[in-house]
Amino acid sequence: MIEKKEANAGGSSTVDRRKFIKGVAVAGASAVAAGEGAKAAVLPQRDRSQPRPSALRPSAQIVAAESGSVREAGADGSPGTVPGKPGSDFMVDVVKTLGIEYAITNPASSCRGIHESLVSYGGNVMPELLTATHEETATAMGHGYFKVTGKPLISLCHGTVGLQHAAMAVYNAWCDRVPVIMMVGNNTDAATRVPGTPTLHTVQDPGSIVRDYTKWDDQPGSLQHYAESMVRAYKIAMTPPFEPVLISIQEHMQEHEIHSEKPLTIPKLTTPSFPAGDMNAVREAAALLANAEFPVIVVDRAARSQQGMQNVVAIAESVNALVVDRQGRMNMPNMHHLYQMGGGALRRADVVLGLELTDYWGTVNDFSDNAAQNVSSIVSPDTRLISIGVGDIYVRANYQDFQRYQPVDIAIAADAETTLPSLIEAVKAAILSERQAAIEQRGADARRNQAALRERTLAEAAANGWDVRPISSARLSAELWAQIKNEDWALVSRDQSLSFWPHRLWAFENHHQFIGGPGGQGIGYGLPAAVGAALGHREHGRLVVNLQNDGDFMYAPGSLWSAAHHNIPLLNIIYNNRAYHQEVMHMQRMASWRQRGVENALIGTAIADPNINFATVAQGMGVEGIGPIEDPNDLSAAIRRGIEVVKSGEPVVIDVIAQPR
Amino acid sequence: MPFGKISPYILAAVFSAASAAAPATAADGETPRDVFERVGCWSCHGYKGQGGRHGPAIARTPHNYEAFSAFVRTTSGEMPPFTERVVSDQDLRAVHGYLQSLPEPPSADNLSLLQDVFPD
Repeated sequence: MIEKKEANAGGSSTVDRRKFIKGVAVAGASAVAAGEGAKAAVLPQRDRSQPRPSALRPSAQIVAAESGSVREAGADGSPGTVPGKPGSDFMVDVVKTLGIEYAITNPASSCRGIHESLVSYGGNVMPELLTATHEETATAMGHGYFKVTGKPLISLCHGTVGLQHAAMAVYNAWCDRVPVIMMVGNNTDAATRVPGTPTLHTVQDPGSIVRDYTKWDDQPGSLQHYAESMVRAYKIAMTPPFEPVLISIQEHMQEHEIHSEKPLTIPKLTTPSFPAGDMNAVREAAALLANAEFPVIVVDRAARSQQGMQNVVAIAESVNALVVDRQGRMNMPNMHHLYQMGGGALRRADVVLGLELTDYWGTVNDFSDNAAQNVSSIVSPDTRLISIGVGDIYVRANYQDFQRYQPVDIAIAADAETTLPSLIEAVKAAILSERQAAIEQRGADARRNQAALRERTLAEAAANGWDVRPISSARLSAELWAQIKNEDWALVSRDQSLSFWPHRLWAFENHHQFIGGPGGQGIGYGLPAAVGAALGHREHGRLVVNLQNDGDFMYAPGSLWSAAHHNIPLLNIIYNNRAYHQEVMHMQRMASWRQRGVENALIGTAIADPNINFATVAQGMGVEGIGPIEDPNDLSAAIRRGIEVVKSGEPVVIDVIAQPR
Repeated sequence: MPFGKISPYILAAVFSAASAAAPATAADGETPRDVFERVGCWSCHGYKGQGGRHGPAIARTPHNYEAFSAFVRTTSGEMPPFTERVVSDQDLRAVHGYLQSLPEPPSADNLSLLQDVFPD
């Protein structure tokens, strides 16, 4: 176990959200409480004997300031001060009721009010403000953090240039069904807005930038409106399908003294029960599974908890159905005898149960990326298809993350994890005694096939360029496994660039050991999401491993600095094939189709000449860098040192020069 | 831009570990291994033909040249066809020879890292 660093353990809070809400909630609406240590239940109101603030007057210094956004405050207190409680303090009060542990920001003047309130009035706890070097980094950190903790965090940025930076990370979160609360600064009031940069950083409708891939957004017109919208946003984000939401906070509301005719209240948060499948449909699905000759279950984002994963195992074992894992989450222990990485079993299936499949069509059809673009069905025309997922509940039109339309026989519009317990019971009830022998035989067949598969896997690992340079993905995976398998470890990246060798060699047993991939496959997710995931793992003292592609690294290298600055331990293994290798293969494919030769395939796709020294890059950001490691015989010592660094509570980078895949 | 200009470590690998059993030079001073890498087989099948996510292992291919060539020239699956306009017969023979020349891999039984990998 990794020794915890007390100063940065995170997650500790003096605010118990439930007690807080219970203490102040009255009939669904609570009189507002101030932040840490506050006694009053009702905010102090403006002294009405004093005149209201006049129009704001930019000073010469302000105009000269680079940001151009520094503003003199109200005239009813000491000159240049805000006499009462600023609106952003109340905004922090609202955030504190939601139990949000972290807000991550690349600092933005349009958020300066709430920024100052978070770190001063709010005590920089619940949420703690973390620093990112890019808004995309901040948002992707929230993406990874949620998949470990099940809790959303706030990504705080400009409503214009910051949100534009963050947009791709929001899209990844959307596709991956991950809630991130985007809180963006804006100032739509031209009369109070400083000209110059602040006006350049203003937009009438910031939500429009990401509205196609957020579940809800609002730009509240008052602090009371903000309180209601913030609680609503949290509720919407945390109800399946979990998705990003956005709240735009006006600068003048943040920065000025609270002016409210009525006491501000914070609505009580009641998270709704999650959508479960209609029992008639569940029983119909159960009957198909119970009577199937060769049922196959396909899982993508089916499990978001240890219990959810155990329920996937339970439904599979109830009928001894093979489980094809699309690896959107840690759905099932990969060493289970029913676990399948590939979809070959689907060719034999007479019943397919799809759990939270984003791409059902692509699951049961084969599309060859060749010049003819051949399409063929993987399953038989008689195969009965069942779907359980939230994809039928909520979908948007513009971006095509919903994939091609796949007709199914039973479509249950519900959250799969919520529905599985009732499905398991329904299947058990539907199994007839005469089916037991066939079910047991399927289990025995699966165990026998697994034993044979393990033999082949080891032989292929040995044959997979065991001693070659560049280092093979199988060798790297085996070297890593030898040193982490007795630790409380977690992998926070996908492993497709390593030809899935970790999933072939490592024993993934617990839900926290894998979190799936980026969702929208937008590059630049890997490093910041890994840092965010490691942040979530930190309080548990786990050894967190990130298999980091070199190309992805270069989108958001500053994530490393955030990890160093905030003492987030993380073992980064750079899988450095010195190319955007997916694109190398695409170029080769294009050239071959057109019979032009492949010699030019590395133009525009190679990341070489000069080669990037990732160890040096890491060192420049205060992170220990090891490598480049080119000889497989040097791997063991490098990994050992890397683990030592991580166990000391710090991030580390090991640059491994690797085979293409 | 020359291949080696873009990816110098590839060239380093070429010259550092060429198999002694490799067939004679194919053309223009190139070794068969040079040809293998120039025509791009490594991209999906690895520098040693060991295979990967996007291409199966082809080292020590059991197919004779005629069968090997027939597949490479006409395949219509995920792998694009490499016609004679892309890879000459001379080059393809060099690739085939290179693959057949690769040494046998170690046995998993003799590698300590591959012992006790899986749980009981």
